[in-house]
Amino acid sequence: MGFPLRIAVRFLLEGRFQSVLLVVGVAAGVAVVTYITALIDGLQTNTIRRTLGVQPHVTVRPVKDTPLAGSLAVPRPPTRSSGNAPLPGTASPSATVPSPAVAPAEVELTVEQPRAQRTQSIDNWAPLMPVLEMLPGVVAVSPMASGAALAQRGEGSRAIALIGVDLPRYDRIAALSEKLVAGRFVLGPGDAIIGRELADDLGVQLGDRFTVALGRDTVESMRAVALYDAGIRDVNRRNVYVPLRTAQSLLGVPGGVTQIDLTVERVFDAESLAQRLRARLPFEIESWMQTNGQLLSALDAQSISTRLIRAVVMIVVVLGIASVLVVSVVQKRKEIGILRAMGASRGQMTGVFLLQGAIVGAAGSVAGAALAWAMITAFSALVRGADGRPLFPIALEPGMLAAVSLAATVCGVLAAVAPARRAAQLDPAQAIRL
Amino acid sequence: MTAAAPPIVALRGIRKSYGVGTPVETEVLHGIDLVLSAGEFAAMIGPSGSGKSTLLNLIGLLERPTAGEYRLRDARIDALSDDALTRARRDMLGFVFQFHHLLPAFDAVENVAMTAMIRTGRVDATARARAEALLAAVGLAQARGKRPSELSGGMQQRVAIARALMHAPPLVLADEPTGNLDTASSAAIFELMRRFNRESGTAFLIVTHDPRIADRCDRVIEMVDGRLARA
Repeated sequence: MGFPLRIAVRFLLEGRFQSVLLVVGVAAGVAVVTYITALIDGLQTNTIRRTLGVQPHVTVRPVKDTPLAGSLAVPRPPTRSSGNAPLPGTASPSATVPSPAVAPAEVELTVEQPRAQRTQSIDNWAPLMPVLEMLPGVVAVSPMASGAALAQRGEGSRAIALIGVDLPRYDRIAALSEKLVAGRFVLGPGDAIIGRELADDLGVQLGDRFTVALGRDTVESMRAVALYDAGIRDVNRRNVYVPLRTAQSLLGVPGGVTQIDLTVERVFDAESLAQRLRARLPFEIESWMQTNGQLLSALDAQSISTRLIRAVVMIVVVLGIASVLVVSVVQKRKEIGILRAMGASRGQMTGVFLLQGAIVGAAGSVAGAALAWAMITAFSALVRGADGRPLFPIALEPGMLAAVSLAATVCGVLAAVAPARRAAQLDPAQAIRL
Repeated sequence: MTAAAPPIVALRGIRKSYGVGTPVETEVLHGIDLVLSAGEFAAMIGPSGSGKSTLLNLIGLLERPTAGEYRLRDARIDALSDDALTRARRDMLGFVFQFHHLLPAFDAVENVAMTAMIRTGRVDATARARAEALLAAVGLAQARGKRPSELSGGMQQRVAIARALMHAPPLVLADEPTGNLDTASSAAIFELMRRFNRESGTAFLIVTHDPRIADRCDRVIEMVDGRLARA
């Protein structure tokens, strides 16, 4: 390594202008790739946090009721023989004579109709909880009993989603506590946390009572102990959070839950977790990737575009390095020739140029990383939302930086392959004579 | 040069053609038989295009013969692999060219010590001391830290001679080493080679157009039209 490395370094220092150009080119490429990657990563993390940060990544629900099926027997038109039925329209005169040997067959007609779903529940959820919590990658598990109800106060009446939760567990899935605008984040018996819009609609203030009705006989008086603002008005109007037990008794699923929510550490692992659960549990299990197909394809599209940009930039960098090094081989023909004449092997000459590529790639990575850092700092400082805060956080991950630097160095070496081969193949006798 | 000296180079029936297999195939060496002995100080003369440089490149293992047998220190060398030829060149031969061909990115000492670097990847204290001693021997002790561009033509060629002798090769091949120099510098370079030949027993084969140089060599090999006219 010693000889090729020393020669490579001297060659680069000798052609200082070329070397600086090369390093600047690589640095620009590395900076663009790093910046784009960090930007899209930040954007995606933000999108995922905003949408998936408030919803479960995997939901476990009871299997729906099977469709209603009714059947009735209809006499089949008589046929001459069971094994030789005439085609329609080709009946022979004898077909009118029923064959006494054949009993009238029956055709079964089935009428299927989706059934109105009763409130289904998972009754044995309690022992399931520790099992789900132990699964690798699962960070939160929250049982929920929910159903439609009416919230009433005086003349006012609103359709709501009554959501019974174990508050601390639910908070780890939906971060409800962060959205509280008034009151305390505690749910005792008879307490409810309601949205700001619903409170306005019903004229409810903090501490006021309202009734929740499910049918004629099931009515419960609740007290609004806290108001939240989820940032989406429809959600604020609909979702009313009550203790799990209250919801269970109101919805008629004592001891049961209608849904178990799971949050996973890495959101893109949700579907594989859901698949594993499907194989083991007799429930309907959905991941966010199934329910939020559009979000997923949007994220995918972004990722693909990023990859495309990165690939194009890398190719440009490789071509840039390669062309400069090819010129350098031509410029240094005589020196390569004399070194070969003095006993430097083809392998050593190959090494000289591969190392030049690697050095340029590595030096460009360092400069590019610094440039990317500057660009990201500038972006965070200059591009701000209406509230004056950065639109979304962009972080320069050390792992990503290391990967990009490694890729740039590998690109440098790859770019040097063709020039290095030319240098190694150079006929020393010819090179010296020219 | 004595008859008893063992041969370094023994060529038999060496032929060299260019463009083999093409319509313009040309044979430039037509069967050369030549023996160079240890410690010899020989000149090779001949008109331009007579094949001097080709023969020198063949002896210098920079080109392969099309036919014939080449023994270097008793080892058959014409059939060796490229890497083996490179190693033989590195260990057995030194080169001095018409143009100095020093590496511009390295100073005089580093240029002289380059063969050590090719061999071991570094220039250790011993190698550095030898390189400096050789530079002193060619009268350039003061110039050791200078780059080739800071030296005159004669000085550059003296560095090139020191470089060729760095690894004490048994044979130095010089292709018109004085061709680019004024008379005084030419004489100095010649004397230098002569002195190393005497002092260290290094054999020299010097291709030259200059009859004054050829006349002062121990042996004159003359090439005419790809054949040896005088050996």
